[in-house]
Amino acid sequence: MDLKTLSLLVVGATFVIYIAIAIWAKASSTSEFYVAGKGIPPVLNGMATAADWMSAASFISMAGLIAFLGFTGGAYLMGWTGGYVLMALLLAPYLRKFGKFTVPEFIGDRFYSTTARIVAVISLLVISITYVIGQMRGVGIAFSNILEVKLEVGLLTGMAVVFIYAVFGGMKGITYTQIAQYVIMIFAYTVPAVFISIQLTGVAFPQIGLGSTLAGTDTHLLQALDQTLMDLGFAAYTSVTGMTMTNMFLLTLALMIGTAGLPHVIIRFFTVPRVRDARKSAGWALVFIGILYTTAPAVGAMAMYNFINTVQPGEIGSPQGNVVIDERPDWMLRWERTGLLQFEDKNDDGRLQYYNDGNPEFAEMAREEYGWEGSEFNRIDRDIMVLANPQIAGLPNWVIALVAAGGIAAALSTAAGLLLAIASAISHDLLKGIFAPKISEKKELMAGRIAMGGAILLAGYLGLNPPGFAAQVVALAFGLAAASLFPALMMGIFMKKMNREGAIAGMLVGLGSTLLYIFLFKGWFFFPGTNVFPDTAEYWLFGINPTGFGVIGAILNFIVAFLVMQVTKAPPEHIQHLVEEVRVPRVGTNP
Amino acid sequence: MTQQESRTAYWQANLRLLTILLSIWFIVSFGFGILLSQPLNNFSIGGYPLGFWFAQQGSIYTFIALIFIYAWRMNVLDRKFDVHED
Repeated sequence: MDLKTLSLLVVGATFVIYIAIAIWAKASSTSEFYVAGKGIPPVLNGMATAADWMSAASFISMAGLIAFLGFTGGAYLMGWTGGYVLMALLLAPYLRKFGKFTVPEFIGDRFYSTTARIVAVISLLVISITYVIGQMRGVGIAFSNILEVKLEVGLLTGMAVVFIYAVFGGMKGITYTQIAQYVIMIFAYTVPAVFISIQLTGVAFPQIGLGSTLAGTDTHLLQALDQTLMDLGFAAYTSVTGMTMTNMFLLTLALMIGTAGLPHVIIRFFTVPRVRDARKSAGWALVFIGILYTTAPAVGAMAMYNFINTVQPGEIGSPQGNVVIDERPDWMLRWERTGLLQFEDKNDDGRLQYYNDGNPEFAEMAREEYGWEGSEFNRIDRDIMVLANPQIAGLPNWVIALVAAGGIAAALSTAAGLLLAIASAISHDLLKGIFAPKISEKKELMAGRIAMGGAILLAGYLGLNPPGFAAQVVALAFGLAAASLFPALMMGIFMKKMNREGAIAGMLVGLGSTLLYIFLFKGWFFFPGTNVFPDTAEYWLFGINPTGFGVIGAILNFIVAFLVMQVTKAPPEHIQHLVEEVRVPRVGTNP
Repeated sequence: MTQQESRTAYWQANLRLLTILLSIWFIVSFGFGILLSQPLNNFSIGGYPLGFWFAQQGSIYTFIALIFIYAWRMNVLDRKFDVHED
């Protein structure tokens, strides 16, 4: 059976599983229509949270970014896991105690203001739509891979599937589907990683394999990778490269704070039975996320190692050292068809060279000594690395098909969750909650579906012309969440005196400044070509990358809120009392 | 202890715990994983340069441990101050 048929079969089979589970879960739990997760043990709830949370960015994109960033890719690893510590310690138990169902609802009630609620809804929409753009790109890449078509066609297919999935599969108890998606996702991610780790180092656990020596030698994998990269004019894999230390720090912090402020993840902790379950649930979610996140660095490094050794199987600089174009492996042919991998034989030697031609000294030397006329890969999209990884390593076809199914599971579970969040914010929070309280249930649902369709179209269009790779686009969403919602939630719990005026001003300044900074470099509303400044380090304010600016937005949010609070009226007595109530799991009887 | 005093004491104990755990959170990730990573790379753990290991492995294990320690310590506090559920 050829790879295409096999991939379609495997992906089709996983779809059957999701639909079957959705039907089964729906039939057995109609009473718990809206409270997904209630009555589900913390371990399983953690697993579903992990699936909801780990998106195309985590599954498809992240290891590819790490492969090309090396050490500084750790910003994504630490940022997207460390946020759970903030969420578990600073938000989850208290929001659970408060007992509301959506984030804008909490903010509206705590700050006794409809305006605050609207600002929170706007923040939620901006965050979720940015986030969906990243997902659509991931879905598009996964589909263009299995259908062997151009990215554009893959993306349109993906849009259609996401729409059907979100409209029919949504609103129901999707928790069990997400548990299945987690299992498929983690299996699809770790199986090839284990295979490749054994191939390269003889160690089954990729977490240990990455630190081990190459099979049959005394050289450590990381040392060999460092050496090869330096021989090709790049910086060492384990050194600070790709971004400055400051930007690594800021990006890590922005992703952490953003994670803690993501509305569709926070909702998960509203529905656990008790406050202490909320604390523990976050821990279990992180255990399941950690399995993928500790594997990802190995996937990235090993993919890079294999990729370079495919292009450069022989000695560097020797005329026979590079792969002959006519004999290039099948996986390259596959990815050329999607348009995401492109090369050009610049020196007409019939072979492919990959090296750092941005390093003038090395490029000069390579031209004179090796006859290289520039690195010949015009395009290696970072987002293809994870999907191509098993192909590069020459693993059996069923593993390649499995990875494709895993990528689609990751993108679908998150995209559906986000689209539901968008739909409910528009139909429930905005229409029903504020502008048209008398709207009928039917119209409310209709508005939700229209909002969902609009969001998919917009995200699909922007997914074709994205402001960055999937994981980078998603990183922007986190920056926005960090700058707007997290400070408001945290101050709502930890500062009894924080009032309406402070919170609203803080959110507006945080969201506004971060959005402005991102639009200046990425284009207004992400539309390509509308950016005011080129998106390069010399134009960035103090060299701060837009993906890391969320931290500055969050700091501005805190400062402005604090200053405004000083000159305006304290919150009413009953609100201050409410905050005290939120801080204890149960009102004590201790005399 | 009045109920008000008891609550204040519970909240203070909670904040102390948060300060300790978040300090560890910061030191391990931003300290060992980023700011001090280059000097730490002169040491190694399981074949990894140490700073690199903290940035791509160690900090994640630490985060998981921190959340479970927090859940455990808070449950103890809840009982001590008689604000536990059930």
